[in-house]
Amino acid sequence: MSLSSADLSAIWLTLKLASLTTVILLIVGTPIALWLSRTRSWLRGPVGAIVALPLVLPPTVIGFYLLLALGPHGYLGQLTQSLGLGTLTFSFAGLVIGSVLYSMPFVVQPLQNAFSSIGTRPLEVAATLRANPWDTFFSVILPLARPGFITAAILGFAHTVGEFGVVLMIGGNIPEKTRVVSVQIYDHVEAMEYAQAHWLAGAMLVFSFVVLLALYSSRKTKAGWS
Amino acid sequence: MTIRASRFAPTCLASLLAVFAFGSAQADEVQVAVAANFTAPIQAIAADFEKDTGHKLVASFGATGQFYTQIKNGAPFEVFLSADDSTPKKLEAEGDSVKGSRFTYAVGTLALWSAKEGYVDAKGDVLKKNEYQHLSIANPKAAPYGLAATQVLAREGLTDKVKDKIVEGQNISQAYQFVSTGNAELGFVALSQIYKDGKITSGSAWIVPASLHDPIKQDAVILNKGKDNPAAKALVDYLKGPKAAAVIKSYGYEI
Amino acid sequence: MIQMRLKLRYSGFALDVDLQVPGRGVTALYGHSGSGKTTCLRCIAGLERAEQGFVQVNDEVWQDSDNRIFVAPHKRALGYVFQEASLFPHLSVLANLAFGLKRIPKPQRRVDMAHATELLGIGHLLDRHPQHLSGGERQRVGIARALLTSPKLLLMDEPLAALDAQRKGEILPYLQRLHDELDIPVLYVSHSQDEVARLADHIVLLSNGKALASGPIGQTLARLDLPLAMGDDAGVVIEGRVSAYDADYQLLSLQLPDTTLNIRVPHTPLDAGQALRCKVQARDVSLSLDNTGQSSILNRLPVTVVSEMSADNAAHVLIRLDAAGTPLLARITRYSRDQLNIHPGQPLWAQIKAVAVLA
Repeated sequence: MSLSSADLSAIWLTLKLASLTTVILLIVGTPIALWLSRTRSWLRGPVGAIVALPLVLPPTVIGFYLLLALGPHGYLGQLTQSLGLGTLTFSFAGLVIGSVLYSMPFVVQPLQNAFSSIGTRPLEVAATLRANPWDTFFSVILPLARPGFITAAILGFAHTVGEFGVVLMIGGNIPEKTRVVSVQIYDHVEAMEYAQAHWLAGAMLVFSFVVLLALYSSRKTKAGWS
Repeated sequence: MTIRASRFAPTCLASLLAVFAFGSAQADEVQVAVAANFTAPIQAIAADFEKDTGHKLVASFGATGQFYTQIKNGAPFEVFLSADDSTPKKLEAEGDSVKGSRFTYAVGTLALWSAKEGYVDAKGDVLKKNEYQHLSIANPKAAPYGLAATQVLAREGLTDKVKDKIVEGQNISQAYQFVSTGNAELGFVALSQIYKDGKITSGSAWIVPASLHDPIKQDAVILNKGKDNPAAKALVDYLKGPKAAAVIKSYGYEI
Repeated sequence: MIQMRLKLRYSGFALDVDLQVPGRGVTALYGHSGSGKTTCLRCIAGLERAEQGFVQVNDEVWQDSDNRIFVAPHKRALGYVFQEASLFPHLSVLANLAFGLKRIPKPQRRVDMAHATELLGIGHLLDRHPQHLSGGERQRVGIARALLTSPKLLLMDEPLAALDAQRKGEILPYLQRLHDELDIPVLYVSHSQDEVARLADHIVLLSNGKALASGPIGQTLARLDLPLAMGDDAGVVIEGRVSAYDADYQLLSLQLPDTTLNIRVPHTPLDAGQALRCKVQARDVSLSLDNTGQSSILNRLPVTVVSEMSADNAAHVLIRLDAAGTPLLARITRYSRDQLNIHPGQPLWAQIKAVAVLA
């Protein structure tokens, strides 16, 4: 027995979800991490704590609140409805939102650490060499923070692949839309289809390990600052 | 001094033992795995059960399939109230339960429910009109009510029409959640979740006629772990009794 | 001309200066650590923002808080050399040098790669990465990198402070060359009198966030009312011009500015007319009433006494002298002062035992 087409589509859906979530988080998380690493405003504490919440909250808590918020009576649900998008529960888009919230600290924190460790001197140097803030970001901050970006991408991706609680709460288990691998495995176990559960879980384990191995091996050690 | 103590000692000891034995005979605990759809009725029954017998009922709620796996892997449940009859049959066949203890404690009724008043008509035509975005059911692979829901849809010839609108909850509680939060406009839930004392408690519903699906016979069984627990036996007896029957019926089940 | 009016407060420190310094040559910002010299420099660069500030460099206004003008640092035509080179670790030396250069539009480039690398002697280092350079090499790359932005003002923040004596000695000649060959005004922060003496044309003395003095190097170093004159190495800087060379005795004659007075110094031959800077320390100058005695001291100049101040110990005093427009300091004992009856306006002869050439 091997992977059924339902299993394969669950895998493909999971990879899509994890990739899209990681890309969104890198784009959204970078300005947040940059701000957190450099601001001296009193808001730093509260914002940092909010970003870190998914580290301590059970995923079902996030999922539960999302279920309410995305529904027709919730803030997000009313917003999406007024934009003509209907409600996002039971949709891939809803899962992306959930995954972005759930995996945020795993992307923001490594980025924040990388930006902090760069310090202010390189930025000052770049300014005295005629680089405006955007220019400085792309030519100095990004290259120096590269290891942080790689870590953030690895963690964000891996964490989303493993997501279960949030998907369970708002997914609705729809094939090819919200039936991700973790839910599919759960279903196999529920229906006592243990052999299939083994195949699917085993495949995901091997895949994840290979991806992580490749990414961790490619990280160079950070150049010293002189 | 010593002689007197030794003469009284046996009596003291006997009294002490009697106190302990008497005490334990009075108040035992029974660990019960309860199908999610029976949550409300069992909580009502547990209160009466404790009052009448002195035994304490400790209940865990969840999906039948999940309980099966846990029981097979050594979960400490002593009595199992399933949402179907096939799972207890399986446990019996596999030697995980006390032979002869299996009985049907309730027959479930399916309901098509919406949290919105007036959304679902009394004949369930809203289902055929197909104007909704999401129809919530429990996972048919794991929950009998979900299976029954798919049978109803097949019987009404709606399976293909509503295929893209189905959202599955992992168990009947989650199916209910989707509807109660408004994320699904309507869904197939257990009548017991929305019914009390002859009335629908909120929203609007169609009580699905039993002819449209295979009967949802909910069986209970004493598991091996509960073999020697007098509280387990007491619970099973209680469930067969008149007081429990009244409670069960009031939640929309048949006996 | 460079104008700066800066007011800035931190906890425990306040900067309050109002200065005008020449828009050409090297101006030193000199003082102890904590005196505010680096803060001053950073304010001029725009890396720190004075609460109330006015900064104008020649004809460009970089800050004017009364009119809400603040030009961002990356828009100011300046070059900045930090104390610890601060080269980008992810770029090679060549890429570091090119970083500023390529952000200057071609028509505005006045310093090119070849010129800068030659000036600082780093042509052989271009392929290396900063981690593989010595401290002195890194600093030279840092200076070249700043120059390659063709700045209108070069700011240097204690560029030699992080180097040991040997490295300092390596770089000083390059800095002196910069001074001689480029036309870019320099603001040079330092707490080393020696560096300042060698490089500066103009000096600003800072203490506790305030400017105590601002003036040409020769005049200011000789001022007795400043803490500059305190300490064992009190002295003056003299800018002389080569007037003659005695090949037989290997003595160079230097003419003092605006006068026919000459001093002679053992040296290798140099072309006539070349400028040469020297330092004469107060402890190397003695005084006599007349010039009759035969002595081995090479340089004897007619001077007039200007004023007197106590020296760093109770037995000595510092006498400020005027040698036809060039100030001199002499450190003598109080006993001698009383013996010779030294008083302002008195004509004397100054005997200079040693002249240190700063080239």
